[in-house]
Amino acid sequence: MTLRLNEVTKRFGSFTAVDHLSIEIPEKQIFGFLGANGAGKTTTFRMILGLIDQTEGSISWNNGKIGYDQSHLIGYLPEERGLYPKLKVKEQLVYLSKLRGMSKSEALKEVDQWLERFKVPDYHNKKVEELSKGNQQKIQFISAVLHKPKLLILDEPFSGLDPVNVEMLKQAVVDLKNAGTSIVFSSHRMEHVEELCENLCILHKGKPVVRGGLKDIKRSFGKKNIHIKADFDTSFLERVAGVTKYKPLSEGCRLQVENESVASDVFEQLYGKGFVRTFDLEEPTLNDIFIEKVGASYE
Amino acid sequence: MNKFFTILAHTYKNRVKSKAFIITTIITIMLILVVSNLQSIIETFSGDQDAKQVAVLSEDAQWQESLSQVLASNDDLSIQSYDGTIEEAKQEVEDGDYEAAVSMKEGANGLPEGTFYSNQIANTSVSETIRQSLQQVKASVATERANVDQQVLQEITAPVAFELVALKDQAKSQEELNQTRGIVYIMLFFMYISVLMYGNMISTEVATEKSSRVMEILISSVSPVSQMFAKILGIALLGLTQFALFVIVGYFSIQRSQQLGQASFLDSVGLTNVDPGTIVYALVFFILGYLLYATLAATLGSLVSRLEDAQQLMVPMTLLVVAAFMIAVIGLGTPDSKFVTISSYFPFFTPLIMFLRVGMLEIPAWEVGLSLVILVGSIVLLGWIGARVYRGGVLLYGKSSSLKDIKSALQIAKREK
Repeated sequence: MTLRLNEVTKRFGSFTAVDHLSIEIPEKQIFGFLGANGAGKTTTFRMILGLIDQTEGSISWNNGKIGYDQSHLIGYLPEERGLYPKLKVKEQLVYLSKLRGMSKSEALKEVDQWLERFKVPDYHNKKVEELSKGNQQKIQFISAVLHKPKLLILDEPFSGLDPVNVEMLKQAVVDLKNAGTSIVFSSHRMEHVEELCENLCILHKGKPVVRGGLKDIKRSFGKKNIHIKADFDTSFLERVAGVTKYKPLSEGCRLQVENESVASDVFEQLYGKGFVRTFDLEEPTLNDIFIEKVGASYE
Repeated sequence: MNKFFTILAHTYKNRVKSKAFIITTIITIMLILVVSNLQSIIETFSGDQDAKQVAVLSEDAQWQESLSQVLASNDDLSIQSYDGTIEEAKQEVEDGDYEAAVSMKEGANGLPEGTFYSNQIANTSVSETIRQSLQQVKASVATERANVDQQVLQEITAPVAFELVALKDQAKSQEELNQTRGIVYIMLFFMYISVLMYGNMISTEVATEKSSRVMEILISSVSPVSQMFAKILGIALLGLTQFALFVIVGYFSIQRSQQLGQASFLDSVGLTNVDPGTIVYALVFFILGYLLYATLAATLGSLVSRLEDAQQLMVPMTLLVVAAFMIAVIGLGTPDSKFVTISSYFPFFTPLIMFLRVGMLEIPAWEVGLSLVILVGSIVLLGWIGARVYRGGVLLYGKSSSLKDIKSALQIAKREK
């Protein structure tokens, strides 16, 4: 059940929120969906879920549009967290999963297991407003996955969590993927995306500026990073042709170069200048790519 | 459909358990019990008291005799002639031996004049009785002097026979009308309160889900349209629950007080002998009116981002209900006026005003039918518009909460294909 978006466009009046977006999200994968604030991620999610209609293009999953008849197969964690503040955790989760087509007894069993897994088994009868923000988020995450969806959309699932809880939720996401759920995942934390996603798409002002497999994206980006530690001043490297960025560090510097051949130029320039402790040619990080693609057009 | 009932049941259960519901229900039931037993309650407080003693000092023994006769049938007052001086009498009133003292003197024309002494003159029930009785005494003294026969005097003072007869067969008789006016007023008031109360409940319900942002999860599970109508029906069931409780309590309480033979007050407002037709009309107009206003309330509620803004956006709706109620109250006296007739076809006024007309007048069936068609048509239309606004409105978050947002909501909800 591949999720396909074909030339999807959404306009609100004269404003184009999403502009000819075509992506394919294969089954049983975690797909990273990146973009600055206001890039059109939430609008895209809402179109995938069928909450709003696209102006142009088509979206298909499971041989058709996603409608309310399939809502038991879909899980959604919206970016804006929201639960009934006055309801108890158990009532809340049972109600929300009944709306996703679960029976009460089934839901209760799952609630127990998930609360146990997230190490909050004593929260059953607490009101949501009594919980800390991080714990509310766990409850919200449970509400998105309780009914074992086939397609799970997670909008910023880890924001506002401490590292221990991030690991706990990350593991849950990976387990869900291994159990056969396709997951679309948006985040501003590039290291999470690098860790979890095989395929991704970076959206900028509604347009996809980068998309494909993580490795391909890194390779085709071309630019590489060089980390140098040396006992002498390296600032002259900034002037080497092909060096696009120079950042001095306490002992040495970090360079961004256009391609590998520039790296060998740099290496030759260093030769004979003194003792070089480290010369490390690194793959570009997703962070570099994101900033380059999205930040460049900000200027 | 299953999810529809899940939401309906959730809405109903949460509200039935809520403190607000329990408290308003209990208070209203207590009010019903008090009103239906008003007579017994008043008697409990006043029944045991002895008749109030009034000391009378009269210059003419004949006058005093007449006054006693006039007041003979009054159990609350007991007239006693007082032999002492007026100063002594006043002292005894101050000491509490007498409720009041009355001195009668001969005035300019030889007719009696009275002075009433009491510790407090704010409570006029005693002084007024005495004054009226003295008036009668004076009249009889005056007529006697003019040599008018006692027989003639009685004929003069006897109340005139005056009966109102409606010429149209079906028109309501005077007595019926008085009764109907009572029951119609009670029903109008009830409708007014419940439309406002349940309408607010619905908009708060929607606004709470929006402001707590749980709405985004809900609409990804269940279509906004079924959510909206499940809520409207859930609250409707709540209203009917409350209504049923009131009717049951009211019925038994009235039965009881009737058995005790204390129903005269209830008779006068028509509560003991309600025309079943009126009840049916009340129920029909109540349900339709509720649906109309509830749809409006849900639509308005879907537009606000914060709970605090809900009240503000509800103002237009509240004004409509208040206007309908005002017209209805004025219309109680003149149910056949043109203004009332015309406004009874305006859908937002129909539930109250057409009900008033049906209750007070005999109007042709087609008129009622027409107004019902307009009303049902408006509900369907408003439901259709409301569902579209709701669909977009629940995704709409902004600082402004105004009716302009309807346009933005429709834009979001726009069906592109």
